[in-house]
Amino acid sequence: MGEKVTIEIPKELYEKAQKYIQESGGEFKSVNELVEFVLNELLSEEEEETVFTPEEEEKIKQRLKSLGYI
Amino acid sequence: MVSKPHGGKLIRRIKRDFEKEDIQTLEVSLEQALDIENICRGVFSPLEGFLDRNNYLSVLENKRLSNDIPWTIPIILDVSNQSIDGLKEGDDVLLKYYDRNIALMNIEEIYQWDKKQYARYIYGTTDPEHPGVSKIYKMNDYLVAGKLELLNSVPTRFERYTLWPIETRILFRERGWRTIVGFQTRNAPHRGHEYVQKAALTFVDGLFVNPLVGWKKKGDYKDDVILAAYETLIKHYYPRDVVVLAVLRTSMRYAGPREAVHHAIMRKNFGCTHFIIGRDHAGVGNYYGPYDAWKIFQEFPDLGITPLFIREAFYCKKCDGMVNEKICPHNEEYRIHISGTNIRRMLLNGERPPEYMMRREVAETILSFENPFM
Repeated sequence: MGEKVTIEIPKELYEKAQKYIQESGGEFKSVNELVEFVLNELLSEEEEETVFTPEEEEKIKQRLKSLGYI
Repeated sequence: MVSKPHGGKLIRRIKRDFEKEDIQTLEVSLEQALDIENICRGVFSPLEGFLDRNNYLSVLENKRLSNDIPWTIPIILDVSNQSIDGLKEGDDVLLKYYDRNIALMNIEEIYQWDKKQYARYIYGTTDPEHPGVSKIYKMNDYLVAGKLELLNSVPTRFERYTLWPIETRILFRERGWRTIVGFQTRNAPHRGHEYVQKAALTFVDGLFVNPLVGWKKKGDYKDDVILAAYETLIKHYYPRDVVVLAVLRTSMRYAGPREAVHHAIMRKNFGCTHFIIGRDHAGVGNYYGPYDAWKIFQEFPDLGITPLFIREAFYCKKCDGMVNEKICPHNEEYRIHISGTNIRRMLLNGERPPEYMMRREVAETILSFENPFM
């Protein structure tokens, strides 16, 4: 991800995150890792998928229609 | 918004402009050809080819790819000593299924594998009586790794029911579904399945019923039977436009907990946000505890799809309906457990199971087949 920056969160939230990490079986090694994961998940949710062209999309929709799915 | 593909990007490796050149070929089995198409069409995203040794060992030992992305079942291409004669790392090879050019592979690595080690890690047993283990023991001694490019689809009798991740993603969006629950099955539906699906569907926008067609063990339902039975159930007992029925062409591995995670990952790639994990999911015999497939998900908080652990349904005479142990206060004398084995036995004898076990229309559909079982 390249260069890193510092952010501030409430101490109470930080402690909750630490507790979560301890109870989650060691999957996350630090609050940094957890915060990075959660933010990545949240922010990428709304990213538009661009793995197909409008022409491909139209073709797929036609197929879905012909099969009775839409 | 449907789930992001596993690893962040939907893999699509399709090559259309291949012209036959002087190229070495490798024959692949149907099962291998299906794995190839599943890789190239994104069902196994983020895989772009068969696993190299480093990733293979990482999956065995850590249940993750070497880049830490959860992955529990190695996707490997086994080849005989003779068939790799003359092949070396860096070569391009044409993968053929009978006379059909399926894919191009750039060989990254050829390596040997320890089948007992595989069995121990993946199946938790080296017992050759386990159907998955026995299959592994019969495989070839070398594995070939490398990125793939699909040239042609594997022929299918189920074209009408074949949807790829890119298609389901567009379909779900067109239907306006933001939350989709995936349901894995290798059975014709009984009332317990219907209960579980409807319980999940209550909280999400759509249900993706995704029966697995491919290699199964003797005594399992035939693929056509499963599809016909689901068509009947959906027609009579589900609201319109809340269900999508499409097949997944891959083999059952009977690897219990590890396979449950694998099933969830594949459905994530189809766009599902939730996935139903059954009791003894993908299990066989007594090799796994009834809820082992639930526990394993604790190891994957970063899976990116929400597992739904819905308890086994049974019919309670006192409640007068399908319930589960969490919502039914009555004791065992009122409970009738729905056993898939018993239902199969009845159907095999030409009997229609009672309505509380299986819908009449579904049973009649199954019985209309001369031999509904493998």
